[in-house]
Amino acid sequence: MPKVVDNKQIGPMVWKMLVNVPRLVSKAKAGQFVILRINEHGERVPMSIAGLDKEKGLLTIIYQVVGKTSALMTTVQAGENISDCVGPLGIPSHVEKWGTACVVGGGIGIAPIYPIAQAYKDAGNKVITIIGARSKDLLLYEEEHKAVADELFICTDDGSYGHHGFVTDPLKKLLDDGVPIGMIMTVGPVPMMKFLSSMTRKYNVPTWVSLNPLMIDGTGMCGGCRVQVGDETKFACVDGPDFDGHLVDFDLLTSRLGAYREQEHKAMKHFLGDPGCRLAESVKKFKYPEEQAGTK
Amino acid sequence: MSDAKKKKKKPEGPNKLKIKERMKLPRQDMPAQNPSDRVKNFNEVPYGLNDEQAFQEALRCLECPNQPCVDGCPVEVDIPGFIRLILEKDVAGAARKIKETNSLPAICGRVCPQEEQCEIVCVIGKKGKPVAIGYLERYVADYEREHKLVQLPKIAPPTGRKVAIVGSGPAGLTVAGDLIKLGHAVTIFEALHKPGGVLVYGIPEFRLPKSIVQAECDFMADMGVEFQNSTVIGKMDTIDELFEMGYDAIFIGTGAGLPRFMGIEGENLIGIYSANEYLTRSNLMRAFDPDEYDTPIIRGKNVAVLGGGNTAMDSVRTGLRLGAENAHIVYRRSEIEMPARIEEVHHAKEEGVQFHLLTNPIKFIGDDQNRVKAMECLKMELGEPDDSGRRRPVPIKGSNYIIKTDLVVVAIGNASNPLIPQTTPGLDCNKWGNIIVNDETMQTSRKGVYAGGDIVTGGATVILAAGAGKKAARAMHKYLMEEVKR
Ligand SMILES: Cc1cc2nc3c(=O)[nH]c(=O)nc-3n(C[C@H](O)[C@H](O)[C@H](O)COP(=O)(O)OP(=O)(O)OC[C@H]3O[C@@H](n4cnc5c(N)ncnc54)[C@H](O)[C@@H]3O)c2cc1C
Ligand SMILES: Cc1cc2nc3c(=O)[nH]c(=O)nc-3n(C[C@H](O)[C@H](O)[C@H](O)COP(=O)(O)OP(=O)(O)OC[C@H]3O[C@@H](n4cnc5c(N)ncnc54)[C@H](O)[C@@H]3O)c2cc1C
Ligand code: SF4
Ligand code: FES
Repeated sequence: MPKVVDNKQIGPMVWKMLVNVPRLVSKAKAGQFVILRINEHGERVPMSIAGLDKEKGLLTIIYQVVGKTSALMTTVQAGENISDCVGPLGIPSHVEKWGTACVVGGGIGIAPIYPIAQAYKDAGNKVITIIGARSKDLLLYEEEHKAVADELFICTDDGSYGHHGFVTDPLKKLLDDGVPIGMIMTVGPVPMMKFLSSMTRKYNVPTWVSLNPLMIDGTGMCGGCRVQVGDETKFACVDGPDFDGHLVDFDLLTSRLGAYREQEHKAMKHFLGDPGCRLAESVKKFKYPEEQAGTK
Repeated sequence: MSDAKKKKKKPEGPNKLKIKERMKLPRQDMPAQNPSDRVKNFNEVPYGLNDEQAFQEALRCLECPNQPCVDGCPVEVDIPGFIRLILEKDVAGAARKIKETNSLPAICGRVCPQEEQCEIVCVIGKKGKPVAIGYLERYVADYEREHKLVQLPKIAPPTGRKVAIVGSGPAGLTVAGDLIKLGHAVTIFEALHKPGGVLVYGIPEFRLPKSIVQAECDFMADMGVEFQNSTVIGKMDTIDELFEMGYDAIFIGTGAGLPRFMGIEGENLIGIYSANEYLTRSNLMRAFDPDEYDTPIIRGKNVAVLGGGNTAMDSVRTGLRLGAENAHIVYRRSEIEMPARIEEVHHAKEEGVQFHLLTNPIKFIGDDQNRVKAMECLKMELGEPDDSGRRRPVPIKGSNYIIKTDLVVVAIGNASNPLIPQTTPGLDCNKWGNIIVNDETMQTSRKGVYAGGDIVTGGATVILAAGAGKKAARAMHKYLMEEVKR
């Protein structure tokens, strides 16, 4: 059973977990993901690779509390084991020397885009990095990105830090200025990836997105992760997770992500109400976005 | 003289009944949960024979000298031999007798299509009902396990050779069991977090309790087989890397795990599952028990399952147990062509499943949230026979109609998973992606690499997979001892 060597909060509702899985780490590449199961009764949850320490055999996962399983993950203490960690899964992000490449990370996606930026850089590209979050306290990995990016743009929706606006603003400016970007790679919330892909379409710059549909096995066995790309159905776990953003049906992806909303909310409510659940006080205050809107 | 004749006729074994008397004995019925109760739970449907019933059933065996049943069994279990041991009250011995050729009798006794294998050729079945070989097989295996009479077999001294097995379905488990007994070090690599293959993720609890599969895997572990679960070969390590890691021979038993879809409009709507996803959620992840397990599952009120095989029957019966008010099988041919076991079709009917035969869906219709709400179908009629020898269904023009449904399960079969062929240079596959092997040795186009089960044949049966494992183990042992130097 894989051992968690560290698990700590790094932002509002955001945690960083380090898992000791040396064999997995030695094989993994940027853009791939793993599937975790916390305990014997748990779900299988896919998580992107947000860092690989090949020497120590440590895998970094950055996760956000959005429901029961991610809340449960916060209760794992350093030194404890989780039931499983399978991977590396999916096809690594495609890397070649384009000259200049742009990586765009939004929200929690800022973390997994970092190893991809590193891989682009190692291949000899000039890397332009654009990261964005709702506000300053949700911004992750700034230092890490600074160390790799040749140019770094930071955006916040509320203007609390960096550029006031969306990640698409600086990107649009770069494209308008004629910067010869050979590849744009994006990891972030579905609406962001959708908006960005539709924006870059008219510039005809290859734009790839990392998709996060619901998954179970992650080996191509169930088809639960299917996404529509052009007129083809693809299994994101084995054919992806990276796809041509200009061809992806994002609306279908969004609706499929909501397939179990009712059951998920019930499970979370139940879990938060369980006095034995060892949750941090901050997690106990968890609210769904629609509830937050309602309380304002 | 008449005395001598009589003596000659008298059977020698433990069964003192005359052939005529045996023919008169009725076949024992399998006691089972009644349909209205069982659709509300996931417990096994048939209870199994008790000692007395098993004895009575065993008395029916005619002990035919030419043993047609043995020929009917794909792995040639000594059927009259194990039945004789039941009559001698050596039930554990009977189990050991079966295990000489079939290591998974508790499983095969439950899921083998006996009605087309050993029982169909049973001589007494020509006049009446055949000996209930499957029931007896299950009985002896359950007896041995429940009475804790399972003995660890003798393990040969270590040979110093290492074997890697990819996939822990019936094929992989069989190879592991046979090779560990011969003294080789055996490791099974399994992609999922639990071993067993389709036996754990596909076939439902009410047909094959997971504790039985677990007991088989525990037995392997007790013999010394090492299980590395959550390890996807082709992703974590390739076949070539396994050789580099010191494995001397490799068996690939990865099954037919890539679900096929219909390829029609609306198929990616919410509420349309492959059978693999639906059954995996319910069986492996145990979504049927939401108080204890976290994985969610859609519980349809009007469940429509597409297909006519065992997988379709398992799906539709799972749907009923998850609370469906209406459960439909939609199959494009007629009932005779349905590949499912007769017993399963019968169970499904008893439980109230509605069969729409000669019907083919052409389109799924969704609501404003992209959830499936209906399915448009066409009626079919049977035309000329196709390649499979079955009459080809042809659509009847203008026969379109709508079935209301909020949960569709597509159970039209699986293709083979390309993960290993893609990452193994020199491994030859046919045009369907099945690995090509030598029929006798199960060796692939790569030296030291063997394969068997659904990855070679396409979706088949548990006993054929186990049989392929037996053959491969024999050839692998020879290869390890003769060609691998230590
Ligand atoms: C390839 C891949 C990589 C991922 N990488 C990360 C990562 O690095 N960090 C991280 O925090 N999360 C990541 N996710 C998403 C993560 O798996 C889900 O957030 C998690 O499964 C939610 O489980 P839960 O029980 O906490 O929430 P649930 O109660 O299951 O869900 C709560 C809400 O989150 C949404 N949600 C559920 N599953 C997903 C999903 N797979 N993707 C997006 N939203 C989802 C649901 O729509 C729902 O509204 C990734 C998903 C995939 C497929
Ligand atoms: C729902 C259903 C019901 C069935 N009912 C019956 C029945 O009643 N009677 C009957 O005889 N047969 C039945 N079958 C068919 C039978 O289950 C199969 O023929 C049999 O299980 C095939 O065995 P196998 O060992 O070849 O593969 P599988 O049982 O498919 O096992 C393959 C294993 O390999 C693993 N694997 C795959 N790829 C990798 C990889 N790259 N690395 C590591 N591991 C990997 C998989 O996770 C899986 O655990 C049924 C099948 C299904 C789906
Ligand atoms: S393994 Fe299957 S076919 Fe062979 S005797 Fe047992 S039930 Fe019959
Ligand atoms: S998660 Fe099952 S096929 Fe992709």
